[in-house]
Amino acid sequence: MELLGLSLLLVSFFVGFGLLIGILFGFFGMGGSFLVTPALLVMGYPSRVAVGSGLAFVFGTSVIGALRHRDHGHVDYKLAVIMTVAMTLGIEVGKRVVDALHATGNADFVISVAYVGLLATVGLFTLRDARATGASSTSVDLSERVQALEIPPMVTLRGDVRVSASLIFGIGLVVGVLSGLLGVGGGFLLMPAMMYGLGVPAAIAVGTDILQITISGAFGAFVYARDGFVAIPVVATLLTGSALGARIGAGASNLVDEDDIKGYFATMLLAGSVAVAAKRVGAVYDIAALNTVSIALIFGATVVVSGAIVLAAVCQLRDDSTGFWCRLAAT
Amino acid sequence: MIDTLSLPPTAKAIGLIGAVLLEAIVLHVSYGAITSALGPNVKRALGGE
Repeated sequence: MELLGLSLLLVSFFVGFGLLIGILFGFFGMGGSFLVTPALLVMGYPSRVAVGSGLAFVFGTSVIGALRHRDHGHVDYKLAVIMTVAMTLGIEVGKRVVDALHATGNADFVISVAYVGLLATVGLFTLRDARATGASSTSVDLSERVQALEIPPMVTLRGDVRVSASLIFGIGLVVGVLSGLLGVGGGFLLMPAMMYGLGVPAAIAVGTDILQITISGAFGAFVYARDGFVAIPVVATLLTGSALGARIGAGASNLVDEDDIKGYFATMLLAGSVAVAAKRVGAVYDIAALNTVSIALIFGATVVVSGAIVLAAVCQLRDDSTGFWCRLAAT
Repeated sequence: MIDTLSLPPTAKAIGLIGAVLLEAIVLHVSYGAITSALGPNVKRALGGE
Protein backbone atom coordinates (compact mmCIF):
# COMPACT_ATOMS: atom_id res chain seq x y z
CA MET A 1 0.00 0.00 0.00
CA GLU A 2 1.24 3.49 -0.86
CA LEU A 3 0.49 7.02 0.32
CA LEU A 4 1.58 10.06 -1.75
CA GLY A 5 3.69 7.66 -3.82
CA LEU A 6 5.64 6.49 -0.72
CA SER A 7 5.42 3.08 0.97
CA LEU A 8 3.68 3.04 4.38
CA LEU A 9 7.05 2.21 5.97
CA LEU A 10 8.66 5.31 4.47
CA VAL A 11 5.64 7.46 5.43
CA SER A 12 5.93 6.21 9.05
CA PHE A 13 9.69 6.84 9.01
CA PHE A 14 9.35 10.42 7.72
CA VAL A 15 6.50 11.25 10.15
CA GLY A 16 8.54 9.80 13.06
CA PHE A 17 11.77 11.56 12.02
CA GLY A 18 9.79 14.81 11.55
CA LEU A 19 8.36 14.38 15.08
CA LEU A 20 11.86 14.11 16.61
CA ILE A 21 13.19 17.10 14.63
CA GLY A 22 10.05 19.07 15.59
CA ILE A 23 10.77 18.42 19.29
CA LEU A 24 14.32 19.79 18.86
CA PHE A 25 13.05 22.76 16.84
CA GLY A 26 10.29 23.59 19.34
CA PHE A 27 12.71 23.38 22.26
CA PHE A 28 15.91 24.98 20.91
CA GLY A 29 14.54 26.99 17.97
CA MET A 30 17.07 25.34 15.66
CA GLY A 31 18.07 21.93 14.40
CA GLY A 32 16.18 21.56 11.11
CA SER A 33 18.26 21.71 7.97
CA PHE A 34 21.52 20.31 9.35
CA LEU A 35 19.69 17.06 10.19
CA VAL A 36 17.18 16.69 7.32
CA THR A 37 19.50 17.32 4.38
CA PRO A 38 22.21 14.82 5.47
CA ALA A 39 19.47 12.25 6.29
CA LEU A 40 17.96 12.54 2.78
CA LEU A 41 21.44 12.34 1.23
CA VAL A 42 22.16 9.20 3.22
CA MET A 43 18.82 7.71 2.03
CA GLY A 44 19.96 8.12 -1.56
CA TYR A 45 18.08 11.26 -2.67
CA PRO A 46 20.06 13.33 -5.22
CA SER A 47 21.94 16.19 -3.53
CA ARG A 48 19.88 19.01 -5.07
CA VAL A 49 16.59 17.24 -4.14
CA ALA A 50 17.92 16.72 -0.58
CA VAL A 51 18.84 20.41 -0.22
CA GLY A 52 15.61 21.67 -1.90
CA SER A 53 13.35 19.37 0.16
CA GLY A 54 15.32 20.24 3.33
CA LEU A 55 14.76 23.95 2.71
CA ALA A 56 11.02 23.46 1.97
CA PHE A 57 10.67 21.42 5.19
CA VAL A 58 12.55 24.05 7.22
CA PHE A 59 10.24 26.72 5.74
CA GLY A 60 7.08 24.79 6.77
CA THR A 61 8.36 24.01 10.28
CA SER A 62 9.54 27.55 10.91
CA VAL A 63 6.14 28.96 9.81
CA ILE A 64 4.60 26.93 12.65
CA GLY A 65 7.32 28.08 15.08
CA ALA A 66 7.00 31.73 14.00
CA LEU A 67 3.21 31.65 14.49
CA ARG A 68 3.69 30.41 18.07
CA HIS A 69 6.44 32.92 18.93
CA ARG A 70 4.48 35.82 17.39
CA ASP A 71 1.57 34.92 19.67
CA HIS A 72 3.95 35.20 22.66
CA GLY A 73 5.51 38.53 21.49
CA HIS A 74 8.94 36.91 21.07
CA VAL A 75 9.80 38.53 17.71
CA ASP A 76 11.91 41.68 17.28
CA TYR A 77 10.98 42.94 13.80
CA LYS A 78 13.81 45.54 13.63
CA LEU A 79 16.40 42.85 14.30
CA ALA A 80 14.66 40.45 11.86
CA VAL A 81 14.61 43.02 9.00
CA ILE A 82 18.31 43.99 9.42
CA MET A 83 19.37 40.34 9.71
CA THR A 84 17.25 39.27 6.69
CA VAL A 85 18.68 41.98 4.39
CA ALA A 86 22.26 41.26 5.51
CA MET A 87 21.83 37.49 5.28
CA THR A 88 20.25 37.65 1.80
CA LEU A 89 23.30 39.58 0.58
CA GLY A 90 25.61 37.18 2.43
CA ILE A 91 23.90 34.08 0.95
CA GLU A 92 24.42 35.51 -2.54
CA VAL A 93 28.13 36.03 -1.76
CA GLY A 94 28.33 32.49 -0.28
CA LYS A 95 26.81 31.01 -3.47
CA ARG A 96 29.39 32.83 -5.60
CA VAL A 97 32.15 31.43 -3.38
CA VAL A 98 30.71 27.92 -3.94
CA ASP A 99 30.62 28.53 -7.72
CA ALA A 100 34.25 29.69 -7.66
CA LEU A 101 35.27 26.64 -5.58
CA HIS A 102 33.40 24.33 -8.01
CA ALA A 103 35.39 25.85 -10.86
CA THR A 104 38.65 24.96 -9.08
CA GLY A 105 37.36 21.49 -8.09
CA ASN A 106 37.80 22.14 -4.33
CA ALA A 107 34.15 22.76 -3.37
CA ASP A 108 33.42 19.44 -1.59
CA PHE A 109 36.61 19.53 0.45
CA VAL A 110 36.32 23.18 1.55
CA ILE A 111 32.58 22.88 2.38
CA SER A 112 33.14 19.70 4.43
CA VAL A 113 36.04 21.24 6.37
CA ALA A 114 34.05 24.45 7.02
CA TYR A 115 31.01 22.41 8.15
CA VAL A 116 33.08 20.24 10.52
CA GLY A 117 34.92 23.26 11.91
CA LEU A 118 31.80 25.34 12.51
CA LEU A 119 29.74 22.54 14.11
CA ALA A 120 32.69 21.64 16.35
CA THR A 121 33.33 25.27 17.36
CA VAL A 122 29.68 26.04 18.19
CA GLY A 123 29.35 22.62 19.89
CA LEU A 124 32.41 23.20 22.11
CA PHE A 125 31.28 26.75 22.92
CA THR A 126 27.81 25.49 23.94
CA LEU A 127 29.37 22.63 25.95
CA ARG A 128 31.62 25.05 27.83
CA ASP A 129 28.59 27.29 28.49
CA ALA A 130 26.58 24.29 29.76
CA ARG A 131 29.37 23.27 32.14
CA ALA A 132 29.83 26.81 33.51
CA THR A 133 27.90 27.39 36.74
CA GLY A 134 25.24 30.08 36.48
CA ALA A 135 25.48 32.78 33.80
CA SER A 136 28.57 32.62 31.64
CA SER A 137 30.67 35.62 32.57
CA THR A 138 32.57 35.41 29.25
CA SER A 139 29.39 35.77 27.16
CA VAL A 140 28.13 38.61 29.37
CA ASP A 141 31.48 40.40 28.98
CA LEU A 142 31.39 39.92 25.20
CA SER A 143 27.83 41.24 24.74
CA GLU A 144 28.55 44.21 27.07
CA ARG A 145 31.63 45.07 25.04
CA VAL A 146 29.64 44.78 21.78
CA GLN A 147 26.84 46.98 23.16
CA ALA A 148 29.42 49.58 24.25
CA LEU A 149 30.58 50.05 20.63
CA GLU A 150 28.90 53.28 19.44
CA ILE A 151 28.91 52.69 15.67
CA PRO A 152 25.94 54.60 14.20
CA PRO A 153 23.11 54.06 13.66
CA MET A 154 22.22 52.65 17.09
CA VAL A 155 18.94 50.72 17.57
CA THR A 156 17.06 49.65 20.70
CA LEU A 157 15.82 46.06 20.57
CA ARG A 158 13.26 44.24 22.69
CA GLY A 159 14.58 43.48 26.15
CA ASP A 160 16.01 47.06 26.27
CA VAL A 161 19.15 46.08 24.37
CA ARG A 162 20.83 49.08 22.65
CA VAL A 163 23.28 48.01 19.97
CA SER A 164 24.81 49.21 16.69
CA ALA A 165 22.67 48.38 13.60
CA SER A 166 25.89 48.32 11.54
CA LEU A 167 27.26 45.56 13.79
CA ILE A 168 24.01 43.55 13.46
CA PHE A 169 24.29 43.96 9.68
CA GLY A 170 27.92 42.79 9.78
CA ILE A 171 27.06 39.70 11.83
CA GLY A 172 24.13 38.91 9.49
CA LEU A 173 26.42 39.27 6.48
CA VAL A 174 29.02 36.84 7.88
CA VAL A 175 26.34 34.30 8.91
CA GLY A 176 24.74 34.71 5.45
CA VAL A 177 28.02 33.95 3.67
CA LEU A 178 28.50 30.81 5.80
CA SER A 179 24.84 29.86 5.25
CA GLY A 180 25.17 30.19 1.46
CA LEU A 181 28.46 28.31 1.54
CA LEU A 182 27.15 25.38 3.61
CA GLY A 183 23.51 25.31 2.38
CA VAL A 184 22.00 25.50 5.88
CA GLY A 185 19.35 27.78 7.42
CA GLY A 186 21.92 29.36 9.72
CA GLY A 187 19.96 28.96 12.98
CA PHE A 188 22.82 27.25 14.80
CA LEU A 189 25.04 30.23 13.96
CA LEU A 190 22.51 33.07 14.39
CA MET A 191 21.29 31.96 17.82
CA PRO A 192 24.69 32.09 19.57
CA ALA A 193 25.56 35.30 17.67
CA MET A 194 22.39 37.05 18.90
CA MET A 195 22.49 35.68 22.46
CA TYR A 196 26.20 35.76 23.25
CA GLY A 197 27.35 38.46 20.82
CA LEU A 198 24.53 41.02 20.99
CA GLY A 199 23.08 40.14 24.42
CA VAL A 200 19.52 39.63 23.08
CA PRO A 201 17.32 37.68 25.59
CA ALA A 202 17.05 33.97 24.69
CA ALA A 203 13.27 33.99 23.98
CA ILE A 204 13.56 37.03 21.62
CA ALA A 205 16.61 35.46 19.91
CA VAL A 206 14.70 32.21 19.27
CA GLY A 207 11.55 33.99 17.97
CA THR A 208 13.48 36.39 15.71
CA ASP A 209 15.72 33.59 14.47
CA ILE A 210 12.70 31.47 13.49
CA LEU A 211 11.06 34.37 11.60
CA GLN A 212 14.34 34.96 9.75
CA ILE A 213 14.63 31.23 8.89
CA THR A 214 11.02 31.31 7.58
CA ILE A 215 11.90 34.05 5.11
CA SER A 216 15.24 32.59 3.96
CA GLY A 217 13.74 29.06 3.88
CA ALA A 218 10.88 30.26 1.62
CA PHE A 219 13.33 31.96 -0.72
CA GLY A 220 15.65 28.94 -0.84
CA ALA A 221 12.77 26.48 -1.36
CA PHE A 222 11.36 28.68 -4.15
CA VAL A 223 14.71 28.71 -6.00
CA TYR A 224 14.99 24.89 -5.84
CA ALA A 225 11.26 24.29 -6.55
CA ARG A 226 11.54 26.36 -9.75
CA ASP A 227 13.95 23.71 -11.06
CA GLY A 228 11.77 20.85 -9.78
CA PHE A 229 14.16 19.83 -6.95
CA VAL A 230 11.62 19.52 -4.10
CA ALA A 231 10.13 16.09 -3.21
CA ILE A 232 6.63 17.16 -2.10
CA PRO A 233 5.60 13.81 -0.47
CA VAL A 234 8.78 13.84 1.67
CA VAL A 235 8.18 17.44 2.79
CA ALA A 236 4.46 16.82 3.50
CA THR A 237 5.08 13.71 5.65
CA LEU A 238 8.04 15.24 7.55
CA LEU A 239 5.92 18.32 8.26
CA THR A 240 3.02 16.21 9.61
CA GLY A 241 5.35 14.86 12.31
CA SER A 242 7.32 18.05 12.99
CA ALA A 243 4.18 20.19 13.55
CA LEU A 244 3.22 17.92 16.46
CA GLY A 245 6.84 17.64 17.65
CA ALA A 246 7.22 21.45 17.68
CA ARG A 247 4.25 21.66 20.09
CA ILE A 248 5.77 18.99 22.34
CA GLY A 249 9.18 20.75 22.25
CA ALA A 250 7.65 24.17 22.99
CA GLY A 251 5.60 22.67 25.86
CA ALA A 252 8.75 21.02 27.25
CA SER A 253 10.64 24.34 27.10
CA ASN A 254 8.08 25.77 29.56
CA LEU A 255 8.88 22.93 32.00
CA VAL A 256 12.59 22.22 31.59
CA ASP A 257 15.48 24.62 32.21
CA GLU A 258 17.36 24.89 28.91
CA ASP A 259 20.68 24.76 30.79
CA ASP A 260 19.83 21.19 31.87
CA ILE A 261 19.69 20.08 28.23
CA LYS A 262 22.41 22.31 26.74
CA GLY A 263 25.03 19.58 27.20
CA TYR A 264 22.95 17.24 25.01
CA PHE A 265 22.58 19.90 22.34
CA ALA A 266 26.34 20.52 22.34
CA THR A 267 26.86 16.75 22.02
CA MET A 268 24.47 16.69 19.03
CA LEU A 269 26.45 19.44 17.28
CA LEU A 270 29.72 17.62 17.97
CA ALA A 271 28.19 14.34 16.74
CA GLY A 272 27.12 16.18 13.55
CA SER A 273 30.68 17.45 13.15
CA VAL A 274 32.17 13.95 13.56
CA ALA A 275 29.48 12.50 11.22
CA VAL A 276 30.38 14.88 8.38
CA ALA A 277 34.11 14.29 8.95
CA ALA A 278 33.60 10.49 8.97
CA LYS A 279 31.57 10.64 5.75
CA ARG A 280 34.23 12.76 4.05
CA VAL A 281 37.12 10.54 5.14
CA GLY A 282 35.09 7.44 4.17
CA ALA A 283 34.49 8.86 0.69
CA VAL A 284 38.14 9.84 0.16
CA TYR A 285 39.59 6.51 1.35
CA ASP A 286 36.61 4.39 0.15
CA ILE A 287 35.76 3.04 3.64
CA ALA A 288 32.05 2.06 3.67
CA ALA A 289 32.03 1.55 7.47
CA LEU A 290 32.65 5.27 8.04
CA ASN A 291 29.49 6.09 6.08
CA THR A 292 27.56 3.78 8.44
CA VAL A 293 29.14 5.58 11.43
CA SER A 294 28.00 8.88 9.94
CA ILE A 295 24.38 7.65 9.57
CA ALA A 296 24.34 6.20 13.10
CA LEU A 297 25.65 9.47 14.56
CA ILE A 298 23.04 11.65 12.81
CA PHE A 299 20.01 9.48 13.64
CA GLY A 300 21.36 8.42 17.06
CA ALA A 301 21.97 12.02 18.19
CA THR A 302 18.47 13.06 17.03
CA VAL A 303 16.80 10.21 18.96
CA VAL A 304 18.91 10.68 22.13
CA VAL A 305 18.53 14.48 22.42
CA SER A 306 14.79 14.62 21.61
CA GLY A 307 14.27 11.67 24.00
CA ALA A 308 16.20 13.51 26.74
CA ILE A 309 13.96 16.58 26.30
CA VAL A 310 10.74 14.55 26.59
CA LEU A 311 12.12 12.59 29.56
CA ALA A 312 13.21 15.76 31.39
CA ALA A 313 9.73 17.27 30.82
CA VAL A 314 7.97 14.15 32.17
CA CYS A 315 10.30 14.16 35.21
CA GLN A 316 9.36 17.80 35.88
CA LEU A 317 5.66 16.92 35.60
CA ARG A 318 6.17 14.06 38.07
CA ASP A 319 8.39 16.28 40.26
CA ASP A 320 10.93 13.46 40.16
CA SER A 321 14.63 14.33 40.32
CA THR A 322 15.94 11.18 42.01
CA GLY A 323 14.81 8.34 39.71
CA PHE A 324 17.47 6.72 37.48
CA TRP A 325 16.02 8.01 34.19
CA CYS A 326 15.38 11.50 35.58
CA ARG A 327 18.96 11.80 36.88
CA LEU A 328 20.16 10.59 33.49
CA ALA A 329 18.07 13.21 31.62
CA ALA A 330 19.51 16.02 33.76
CA THR A 331 23.12 14.91 33.23
CA MET B 1 -9.02 20.76 -12.32
CA ILE B 2 -5.86 22.81 -13.02
CA ASP B 3 -3.29 21.13 -15.27
CA THR B 4 -0.15 21.89 -13.23
CA LEU B 5 2.17 20.32 -15.83
CA SER B 6 1.45 23.16 -18.28
CA LEU B 7 2.22 25.90 -15.71
CA PRO B 8 5.53 27.81 -15.98
CA PRO B 9 8.23 26.78 -13.42
CA THR B 10 7.90 30.01 -11.41
CA ALA B 11 4.12 29.51 -11.01
CA LYS B 12 4.69 25.88 -9.98
CA ALA B 13 7.28 26.97 -7.40
CA ILE B 14 4.92 29.63 -5.99
CA GLY B 15 2.17 26.97 -5.85
CA LEU B 16 4.48 24.62 -3.94
CA ILE B 17 5.46 27.32 -1.41
CA GLY B 18 1.75 28.14 -1.02
CA ALA B 19 0.90 24.45 -0.49
CA VAL B 20 3.62 24.07 2.20
CA LEU B 21 2.40 27.28 3.87
CA LEU B 22 -1.20 26.06 3.78
CA GLU B 23 -0.26 22.64 5.21
CA ALA B 24 1.74 24.33 8.00
CA ILE B 25 -1.17 26.60 8.94
CA VAL B 26 -3.72 23.72 8.82
CA LEU B 27 -1.44 21.54 10.99
CA HIS B 28 -0.81 24.43 13.42
CA VAL B 29 -4.54 25.07 13.84
CA SER B 30 -5.63 21.40 13.99
CA TYR B 31 -2.85 20.28 16.38
CA GLY B 32 -3.64 23.41 18.45
CA ALA B 33 -7.27 22.28 18.76
CA ILE B 34 -6.22 18.72 19.65
CA THR B 35 -3.67 20.02 22.22
CA SER B 36 -6.30 22.23 23.85
CA ALA B 37 -8.77 19.34 24.03
CA LEU B 38 -6.42 16.55 25.16
CA GLY B 39 -3.41 18.43 26.61
CA PRO B 40 -4.56 18.72 30.24
CA ASN B 41 -5.53 15.02 30.38
CA VAL B 42 -2.21 13.93 28.83
CA LYS B 43 -0.29 16.17 31.31
CA ARG B 44 -2.24 14.66 34.24
CA ALA B 45 -1.58 11.13 32.97
CA LEU B 46 2.16 11.80 32.48
CA GLY B 47 2.34 13.51 35.85
CA GLY B 48 1.16 10.28 37.46
CA GLU B 49 -2.10 11.72 38.83
